[in-house]
Amino acid sequence: MKLLVTFSRGKGRKPIIAQVVRDTGVLINVERANIDSSEGEALIDVPDDQCQLVRDSMSGLGARVRILEHGVIYNESECVDCGACISVCPREVFSFDKEWKLRFEDEKCILCGKCIDACPHRALTLPL
Amino acid sequence: MHKTIGQINERIREGSARVVTAEEMPGIVAELGEEGALKEVDVVTTGTFGAMCSSGAFLNFGHAEPPIRMERIWLNNVEAYGGLAAVDTFIGATQQSDTLQAEYGGAHVIEDLVAGKSVELRASSRGTDCYPRRTITTDLLLENLNQAIMCNPRNAYQRYNAATNTTDRVLHTYMGALLPGSGNVTFSGAGLLNPISNDPKLRLIGSGVPIFLCGAPGMVIGEGTQHSPAGGFGTLMVTGDMKQMSQEYLRAATMTGYGVTLYVGLGIPLPVLDLDVVRATAVRDEDITVDILDYGVPSRSRPTVRKATYAELRSGSVEINGEEVRTSSLSSFRRARKVAGELKTWVEQGKMQLALPTRPIDPARQARPMHQTAKGPRVLDIMDRGVITIGETEEIRTAAKKLLKGETNHLPVVNEEGVLVGIVTTFDVSKAVANPGKAHLVKDIMKTKVVTAAPDESVDIAIQKLEQNNISALPVVDTENHVIALLTAMNLGKLLGGRWLK
Repeated sequence: MKLLVTFSRGKGRKPIIAQVVRDTGVLINVERANIDSSEGEALIDVPDDQCQLVRDSMSGLGARVRILEHGVIYNESECVDCGACISVCPREVFSFDKEWKLRFEDEKCILCGKCIDACPHRALTLPL
Repeated sequence: MHKTIGQINERIREGSARVVTAEEMPGIVAELGEEGALKEVDVVTTGTFGAMCSSGAFLNFGHAEPPIRMERIWLNNVEAYGGLAAVDTFIGATQQSDTLQAEYGGAHVIEDLVAGKSVELRASSRGTDCYPRRTITTDLLLENLNQAIMCNPRNAYQRYNAATNTTDRVLHTYMGALLPGSGNVTFSGAGLLNPISNDPKLRLIGSGVPIFLCGAPGMVIGEGTQHSPAGGFGTLMVTGDMKQMSQEYLRAATMTGYGVTLYVGLGIPLPVLDLDVVRATAVRDEDITVDILDYGVPSRSRPTVRKATYAELRSGSVEINGEEVRTSSLSSFRRARKVAGELKTWVEQGKMQLALPTRPIDPARQARPMHQTAKGPRVLDIMDRGVITIGETEEIRTAAKKLLKGETNHLPVVNEEGVLVGIVTTFDVSKAVANPGKAHLVKDIMKTKVVTAAPDESVDIAIQKLEQNNISALPVVDTENHVIALLTAMNLGKLLGGRWLK
């Protein structure tokens, strides 16, 4: 399950992710992270059955945790099946089926947003 | 054996013509042989669906009361050409909105009209005795226009070179997003379905030939602009009635960082007259090769990284320098197939008959680059030749003195052979002085990744380097990397006067 963790780094600069890994023993996979001096945002992947444990632990350390059920939003009616998104995606979310129709594998998406700019038809958007 | 266009049209009228798509043809020729295919197949339909920037439409609005001679014209805030007298205009696909810029343009106006949406016309005029009105604003639907004639000066490129990017930053081009370090390859074109690739000698495609254009019956006007079939890059000028077009085959698009374009679906039915037509229409993706160009080089002649066939490009990845690089198409093969399939149905049902060109297109033409009478400014025209350099083993103190004495903020650092190895700025030296540490020598504090300019490089390219790297000076080096001058933001002031300002 994918979780979007946001935290402020105001006080003490706690190593939140490392702390949670140590406390829970869950091996967290960090898919992408953007951390600067004042705040951080990390997209992590954890096993479904340990999701609640990780969420509680993170929240306990002052982070906000949101479950990401969806990847980018794919608007099929705007899509012309060109495939401009295919090669810019780091997770191979997009591919062609045998009929050259675009195949979209939502569960692989890590919401990096690269495809959104690459799509000439504005068929891909970030979920709110 | 050969067939005449009359015999083929006779069969189309009878409903007995055998029509296949250009994708089916190679298999048929392999199975039946060339003679057999000639006997069996009457028409091969082609199709392509991709970004065709050089597109647009002539629109006629009819006269207002009191009448206006429209001189400046906007449709949904996208400016259209006002030099066609009174009530006509040409809306170009790539023209961008005054308000929404790249998110809306001429292509979107065309798509909105075809989709049945209302478009706001705004126009102004000086007013004349015969056309007293000075401004007009009105909402229009496609059905309100007397004519809406799509007329695309350069469509259906025979093939298109693929793109990659060897620089270390993302490039946004008309070939889409190109990832750094040859991170991906983008390409465009329908390969074996492309009209001209199925008639490279242009025996069948020429003026007056009926076509499928964005879902409407249309016509080839003649050769397209930039038509360059000698090198494999033929183009067509085409026209069709917008009122019969469908959004399915016409889509506005925005290439991020580049601008607006129009995706056009275009197909041409080819009569199978003789063995030469059979051979030409048996073309496969494996037979059509394009260059993969390095778009990291901002020049008209970009270096070729390697060659690749459409079969390789469509496979999903190509090898570049021993690495598998993923490919992306910018045109839609699925829709190209749909165009060829729809056109096949048209011909089978007798909705479209075929014709030979009333005027042929030259298959041997080569487009020339622009004739430039005045060269733009080059780096050597404005660079500062009195550049002061410093040796990498000199002390930071010396650098500080040189900066003061030379009244400059940049010191290119050279080794004993005079070759550029780094650069130090006033900032680097100040920092070293303010935080005294282990650094004593220039080489301890210099930046070794130096962005440079060449003396014969265009100033526009140098300015782009300054902007992209957020720096204010470029050492100018010769081919051996010896520093010969410095180009600073201050030198650019020379452009604002004198001979470059016209």
